[in-house]
Amino acid sequence: MIRMDWRRKHVLGLADFSTEEIEFVVDTARSMEEVLTRDIKKVPALRGKTVVNLFFEASTRTRTSFEIAGKRLSADVVNFTSTSSSVAKGETLLDTARNIDAMKPNIIVMRHPASGASHFLSRHVSCSVINAGDGSNEHPTQGLLDLFSILKAKGKIKGLKISIIGDILHSRVVRSNLHSLGRMGADLWLCGPSTLLPREMARSGANLTNDIREAVRDADVVMMLRIQLERQKTAYFPSIREYSRTYGLNRGIFSLAKKDAVIMHPGPINRGVELSDELADSAQSIILNQVETGVAIRMALLYLLAGGHNAAH
Amino acid sequence: MKKSGRKLIMDAKGVDRVISRITHEILEKNKGAEDIALVGICSGGVPLSRIIQKKIQSIEGVEVPAGYVDITLYRDDLSRAGYQPRLKRTEIPFSIDNKKVVLVDDVLFTGRTIRAAMDALIDFGRPMNIQLAVLIDRGHRELPIRADYVGRNVPTARNETIEAVVEGKPGEWKVMLKESTPGKGE
Repeated sequence: MIRMDWRRKHVLGLADFSTEEIEFVVDTARSMEEVLTRDIKKVPALRGKTVVNLFFEASTRTRTSFEIAGKRLSADVVNFTSTSSSVAKGETLLDTARNIDAMKPNIIVMRHPASGASHFLSRHVSCSVINAGDGSNEHPTQGLLDLFSILKAKGKIKGLKISIIGDILHSRVVRSNLHSLGRMGADLWLCGPSTLLPREMARSGANLTNDIREAVRDADVVMMLRIQLERQKTAYFPSIREYSRTYGLNRGIFSLAKKDAVIMHPGPINRGVELSDELADSAQSIILNQVETGVAIRMALLYLLAGGHNAAH
Repeated sequence: MKKSGRKLIMDAKGVDRVISRITHEILEKNKGAEDIALVGICSGGVPLSRIIQKKIQSIEGVEVPAGYVDITLYRDDLSRAGYQPRLKRTEIPFSIDNKKVVLVDDVLFTGRTIRAAMDALIDFGRPMNIQLAVLIDRGHRELPIRADYVGRNVPTARNETIEAVVEGKPGEWKVMLKESTPGKGE
């Protein structure tokens, strides 16, 4: 068992997470999973603490997951969404953040379309900040829950061939996964059309390929990504139909993977584009397990960040 | 006893005899092993509860259900502690509804751990009753809590700690009184 104290105030990205910290979060999440199996799925650990969900982008899964995680720990959870707040009236991020900070929350969970927004926020508020996705930079809780889901399915990370296929360029999930899975010794493959596969990604030690067959062959884990049309300002490929024919995962291509390979997807899925219906609902899909695991991971982080170091609030 | 020294309170034979007596008292008070379930409190109470389970088996010939509970998420000092304590595991793989649940811990001190453990248990169901078995009662209660089964009452000063070893080979079991090691609670 690892002996360490949790000293981190914010979770902004996995880039500076040590393997010990990653293991600490996963270990804490394992204890949280047990809470979720009880009749009464609620513990009093965060009584009197306030968690603010500050979402400047559409989200169902992540926001709901954080809300449920907070409530399972007895925290008060408040949701701010940009469409129904003063942001729609022209307030800056800094002003919004200062106003919310003045209401003395313990943790702000923020999603924002600009990369680096949560780092910015953390410098201007006194509470803890969790990044729930900032532009195409990082999505640390997704990175951790992906790692935990793979651990549960495969029992290890080291040496597994894990292929991530799709819109690599715009994906914050990929960037967080490169840090977490890469650090734990996975054989990582990134695959997509050249226009969506930045060459610099190779610097992380991942293998790059434009050939989905090469990526899927003998893979233990195949993670499919959605085409993020909302972040694409120019045409990266001729048509969705052509993209789907070249980079969509179907039975034929998936049969190249290991017999016991699993399929993952951070959601939302565009069925019939990157992933066939048949595979999305197959026994090898652990997509819904990822969602379930996400609540435990977020409970773990909320618990760890709500410690005495910011008890002044 | 020397300054900052350690004193042996109970040797291996003594610990074994005391656990045997506690086991007999549990069976006597409950008129047998029927409906009894054991729940050890992490970490010290877990090996103790396993020993009691084995002793019940050798006396009554039945294996009573046994689980363990980590009380960290129920502590009343979470936001006072410096950093969040590492979580341990909870596993109660049976229904505690209508069971006579015997909570087991190595040392009874302020009683706050027991309060937390009872709150945790009640989140798992509605036991017929909850009883408490401890190896050592060292006094200094801060809540109105008492044990039903006590191995030994040991008067202590607040700055002393009790170290109970009931894991590993039975020949290595022992209870020590250690002076002036602040910090570690029950």
